[in-house]
Amino acid sequence: MDAIILQILNGLDKGSAYALIALGLTLIFGTLGVVNFAHGALFMIGAFCAVTLSRILTFSHTIIDESRTDFLGNPLKVQVPYVQDFFGEAAGATIIDWAVPLSILFAIPVMILVGVVMERGLIKHFYKRPHADQILVTFGLAIVLQEIIKYFFGANPIPTPAPDAFRGSFDFGVLLGFEANQIIYPYWRLVYFAFAAVIIGGVFAFLQFTTFGMVVRAGMADRETVQLLGINIDKRFTIMFGVAAAVAGLAGVMYVPINPPNYHMGMDFLVLSFVVVVVGGMGSLPGAVLAGFLLGILESFASMKEVIDLVPGINQIIIYLVAILILLTRPRGLMGRKGVMED
Amino acid sequence: MLGLGKKDTTLLLIVAALVVFAPFILNPFPGGSGMAQFNAGYPDLMQRFVIFGIFAIGFNILFGLTGYLSFGHAAFLGVGSYSAVWMFKLLSMNVLPAILLAVVFSGLFALLIGYISLRRSGIYFSILTLAFAQMCYALAYSVLTPITGGETGLQLAQDDPRILDAARDSGNLPVPGLFGLEMRSTADLVLGDWVFTFSAGYYFCAVVMLISFYMAIRIFRSPFGMMLRAIKSNQHRLNYTGLNARPYTLAAFVISGMYAGLAGGLMASMDPLAGAERMFWTASGEVVLMTILGGVGTLIGPVLGAGLIKYMENILSKINGDILHSWFAFLPDGLEDFIVTIVYPFIGKGWHLTLGLMFMAVVIFLPGGLVEAGQRIARAVRGRRSDDRKSATTEPAE
Amino acid sequence: MGILEVKDVNKRFGGLKALSDVNLSVKENTVHAIIGPNGAGKSTLLNCLVGKLIPDTGSVMFDGQSVLGRKPYQINQMGISRVFQTPEIFGDLTVMENVMIPLLAKRDGAFRLHAFESVEDETDLRHEAETMLEEVKMLDKRNMHTASMSRGDKRRLEMAMCLIQKPKLLLLDEPTAGMARADTNNTIDLLKEIREKRSITMCIIEHDMHVVFSLADRITVLAQGTPLVEDEPQKIKGHPKVKEAYLGEAA
Repeated sequence: MDAIILQILNGLDKGSAYALIALGLTLIFGTLGVVNFAHGALFMIGAFCAVTLSRILTFSHTIIDESRTDFLGNPLKVQVPYVQDFFGEAAGATIIDWAVPLSILFAIPVMILVGVVMERGLIKHFYKRPHADQILVTFGLAIVLQEIIKYFFGANPIPTPAPDAFRGSFDFGVLLGFEANQIIYPYWRLVYFAFAAVIIGGVFAFLQFTTFGMVVRAGMADRETVQLLGINIDKRFTIMFGVAAAVAGLAGVMYVPINPPNYHMGMDFLVLSFVVVVVGGMGSLPGAVLAGFLLGILESFASMKEVIDLVPGINQIIIYLVAILILLTRPRGLMGRKGVMED
Repeated sequence: MLGLGKKDTTLLLIVAALVVFAPFILNPFPGGSGMAQFNAGYPDLMQRFVIFGIFAIGFNILFGLTGYLSFGHAAFLGVGSYSAVWMFKLLSMNVLPAILLAVVFSGLFALLIGYISLRRSGIYFSILTLAFAQMCYALAYSVLTPITGGETGLQLAQDDPRILDAARDSGNLPVPGLFGLEMRSTADLVLGDWVFTFSAGYYFCAVVMLISFYMAIRIFRSPFGMMLRAIKSNQHRLNYTGLNARPYTLAAFVISGMYAGLAGGLMASMDPLAGAERMFWTASGEVVLMTILGGVGTLIGPVLGAGLIKYMENILSKINGDILHSWFAFLPDGLEDFIVTIVYPFIGKGWHLTLGLMFMAVVIFLPGGLVEAGQRIARAVRGRRSDDRKSATTEPAE
Repeated sequence: MGILEVKDVNKRFGGLKALSDVNLSVKENTVHAIIGPNGAGKSTLLNCLVGKLIPDTGSVMFDGQSVLGRKPYQINQMGISRVFQTPEIFGDLTVMENVMIPLLAKRDGAFRLHAFESVEDETDLRHEAETMLEEVKMLDKRNMHTASMSRGDKRRLEMAMCLIQKPKLLLLDEPTAGMARADTNNTIDLLKEIREKRSITMCIIEHDMHVVFSLADRITVLAQGTPLVEDEPQKIKGHPKVKEAYLGEAA
């Protein structure tokens, strides 16, 4: 029982990332009818927002500390971040420590801007073109975006830690009444899951309870009719693209402490997220979220030693295998609607 | 000639001439000169040109004619490579059986994957092929290590059985050949500062490529090719015209899988090892780039695209900051630095950026790729000429 | 016994009864029109004939064989060709290729891998295709790509694509929908000409009365999923039940 709970927990963080990316993909596909192969790049850009902010915060100048000496006996040169000059030593250190969560504030405007520029500048011109063209041009864009990041940040992963308070693990099992040391779980993963849950809840609430969301949902169901009503749906879709970009970006920001970001992390996640979208059902938001968590957890179960002993290699292929089975037996995915992409 | 129309015969002859004289054409700059680094006429790269040309020609038969966008074609390339290396290990170092097995195996494999994937169309088909290819990659990398060599890849070993070959005493690993002619053997021709290298491996690949190209022309002009274009154009009408689209698309899928397998087999014949990374989805993406860049649905386009990308990968990526500085040294210092700074991100390790931008530009502005660009230029030139004399327009060769 | 026999066909979509107890018999070498107000079930009936929908109950026999459960391409191979409301042609192909494809389908069946023969070498078929194009007055456009053609031309081409298969039954789904008066008249003339030249059975679904009364030998009036009357055109005109169906109780 504890082993099962542990695997479910282990699947949650990856599942959360899949769900967030798939949610954005589905929003874009559902509203704009565009298959966005550059969505993984948005996730990656989000992650690098965190890296950038943590670099900005640790931007330092050198002072010579006369009171201390290095091992040669010279006065010690100390790097002092400007942040500590502005806010005092203790507060400055805390701000630097909290760089990753703070990046959320930084990433939201950046990602919305990136999303809106992308939609107005490129995607807009591809609404009427075939899906193959959309895939191709966004595929090209993804290459360009990741190369730009590679140019500025290099090809190696950049470790960026979580705040001190969330480093390390805790005994989750005790909370559920198991014996001690049965289920050890890192703090940050729980934070990530909670964060993902809040974002997903926020997006759904936004779509469900605001007039804006209502129009967008109507537009997803029947674009032409909404346009006939004289509602400027295009502008709303642009904003929706910005929101989807922000969701992917935030997923990236918070994922940084779990996995040090590199320039091709977006593509790695994108391939899987597409599979997630298809399994969930193209154009279905709840389907995307459900399939994201389901596949994340499934993957973690398949990585159990007992399962691998039984079926070698299953952890590597489980997601693809499930996707193929679903596509062949339930072509619309778990919760897909009729008539989406069935031309 | 050979059952081709006049236009197609001309095209085939031009391609044949280009391929035969490639060691000269791709080596325009004398050795030792500053431009020598742009020479692409060395066997290793020329082999890659034609091998990826074959891969792209095959991909184009599927995507260009039927419009089904496969994102997992590298799987067949990998299967071809593995089969060829196994043939070298078990049977003989002769390349013919190896290539034959590569084509047969990848064909069977394509039949299996195509049969399943083609039950869906559009984006679903793309995702299915992607999923299959990624699955093959993951399996080749882990569980199938006894067959694929896992992370290190599949290599020849001294104690392989090679039942058809005579026992060898020398301590060296055997090399692939064609009835005794080693694939790696070369002959040099020195003319002044120029050194032209003729490699047996290249010419073998070139002949195979010309045959593949010829067969592709035949397919394009056949009733089968016409049906495939009809599938892309209007599957609805096709159904009500008494034709079953499924076997046609499956046949196209298998044929293009066999082309990929052929390319994989040739790759292994030039350098007898095979690794799982050949099946990774980026490799599948690369052949998509080649086909689109050159001109999807045209005959010569994929070959041009393959050549361009492989040239960029091998030549553009070698340019570094120092070389740039030496080029722009004639400019005043400040301007020189400025221009080098601007150009630098697009070359060397950043060549993928150039590739990505070019690819986007082609998709946005030139859906017909390089071939369309050529046609537009030709039309503009002809337009100027026909002001003088109104001549009957001929269709530009594809 | 007609070439097409529809017996007791019912079709429901959820709670909506689209067709109820439809009986229809189309005799050979006649033009049979099916008319009815919007929502009468005309399109549903047509889709049942070509394999796109399968009726809940009842039978559809063509030339002595059931068409139920067969795919559209199989039904075409049995000898039924179809003209669509908006012309369905191969837009990326030339006019000549557009008529060659149905011809090859007729000769070779649903699938044949002739990958290394040349379209150019099919001289017999090319000749046949050219004759057909001549008949619909499109021979001069044979090398044109069809995407840029006018709607009238597309309609004529689609007709040629169907006729070249020498179908035993030609189904026409509102062949003049959305056409200008002149184009409509051209289409009527074309259809009349086709009738005079070859013995062909046609089944037209249409709500333009002008078209129906200029062409049909026999008319079935469909209303709310059931055939109301079936008779000769002259008798349909002014039939009280028809008036009622079209104009409502007030008439």
